[in-house]
Amino acid sequence: MDVVSFVFTLFAFFLLLGALGTVFSRNPVAAAMWLVLTFFSAGGVWLLLQAEFLALTLVLVYVGAVMVLFLFVVMMLDLNLAKLREGFWHNAPLALLVGGALAIELYLMLTSPAFHRAAAPAVAGSNTKMIGEVLYTVYAYPFEVAAMILVVAMIAAVTLTHRKRSDVRVVKPEEQIAVKASERLKVVSLPAEKE
Amino acid sequence: MNEWLSLAQGWLGPAWPVVWNVLKIIVLLVPLLLAVAYLTYAERKIIGYMQVRIGPNRVGPKGWLQPIADALKLLFKEVIVPSQANKVLYFVGPAMALAPSLLVWAAVPVNDGWVIADLDAGLLFVMAVISLEVYGVIIAGWASNSKYAFLGAMRASAQMISYEVAMGFGLICVLLVSGTLNLSEIVRQQGTGWFADHGLSFLSWNWLPLLPIAVVYFISGVAETNRAPFDLPEGESEIVAGHMVEYSGMAFALFFLAEYANMILVSFLTSILFFGGWLSPVAFLPDGLHWLLIKASVFLFLYLWIRATFPRFRYDHVMRLGWKVFVPITIVWLLVVAVWMLTPLSIWR
Repeated sequence: MDVVSFVFTLFAFFLLLGALGTVFSRNPVAAAMWLVLTFFSAGGVWLLLQAEFLALTLVLVYVGAVMVLFLFVVMMLDLNLAKLREGFWHNAPLALLVGGALAIELYLMLTSPAFHRAAAPAVAGSNTKMIGEVLYTVYAYPFEVAAMILVVAMIAAVTLTHRKRSDVRVVKPEEQIAVKASERLKVVSLPAEKE
Repeated sequence: MNEWLSLAQGWLGPAWPVVWNVLKIIVLLVPLLLAVAYLTYAERKIIGYMQVRIGPNRVGPKGWLQPIADALKLLFKEVIVPSQANKVLYFVGPAMALAPSLLVWAAVPVNDGWVIADLDAGLLFVMAVISLEVYGVIIAGWASNSKYAFLGAMRASAQMISYEVAMGFGLICVLLVSGTLNLSEIVRQQGTGWFADHGLSFLSWNWLPLLPIAVVYFISGVAETNRAPFDLPEGESEIVAGHMVEYSGMAFALFFLAEYANMILVSFLTSILFFGGWLSPVAFLPDGLHWLLIKASVFLFLYLWIRATFPRFRYDHVMRLGWKVFVPITIVWLLVVAVWMLTPLSIWR
């Protein structure tokens, strides 16, 4: 086994381990950590395909930002595991149906000839530059549309969750910073009292 | 030297690349860990003198053996695990804090060609690994099952994510003017320009055209490493020691190692990205590793100076500074630089 196959096997093993851990772990925080391992291993597999930009962006965005916020929320929630499991048998048939459909789709895709293409030969040079060039020329419109959708979603999320309470007193840093010493403190000179 | 290398290569055969890389890692990490140890000593001495004290002076001549004594003490201390802690994640936390802060050095060049992995996407690698550092803190805070630790972890994660945004935008400015993500290339590119041709290389470095970014980057770096005045995650007056509160002995020492290694990293990165790395500031002096070390030492001193000077921020002020001051500054400067590069006045041609 050469080095590349060994590294691939290692990453693939941890990828599967992480995915299984995410699904089977009982503790939501542990599940999130398994998902982190899954993303990280996927990044490693992508690196082996010489897609270093995508691999590092996967780690940067999903592991470095998205999963941190996930953990943030999961840790804050007071999850009642017994309550989460309550409707298990009620929902099981539907879950089986969805899972079965996904499994069949995966099977069809994996056996189709379209999947068995040889990997494109790696090109020399910076992968980042090539993605950038394609993104801003061939795929400029889809890229812009995606950006617009993200901005709209972000603004919507902020407006939906932002609420201004008028019944509480809050400190405003702007006002605090704008304060000058002369507004707070008055220096007066008092003549010394003489007998 | 080369004869020895080829001899070792022939003798070890296929195992040679592994041995060679392990050697490179050792040559980089041993001085780094020594620097971490003596940075704690320097911190105590420098802050001591700033506060008109002497600082540690008992262990060894002038207290030089103090870091060794500290390390031995931490090694022999008992590691206590809270009974209600999540046993596995409790120990994963410190390990996950230290691992990225050592891993990131793989892509950091210390001299022309002296780098363990000269990655094409080096800057992206550094950013990706730095973004992993927050996990150690979050996991430690949660697994300790203590409210102070948890509050510290929440504060740390919010703060680190917020300042990563400003840092990221700043780095985009750097790679805009450099046109490459390779850290060595970024340094080499800073050695070119009108001033460099006239012998004043230091005016060609990135800090001058990107001055606001350089300042924002270094301050964000201080916030990223949770150092004073941004040390709210471990603010001892309100939440004791934050995520580290339940840790003792070596587990606690790992957090400290990670924190100081990160300080050194931020100083190195600031020198590399904005201050010409190993380039000499004037033409008549030779380039070399010593310049990078001098520049990084200046920033490390700045770290300690800031710590001795400024009081801790209030939490909402930290968030305000990150999101309402730094992010707009970096976005505006990004636009300014992008437009500047397209005008005939561009200095990067």
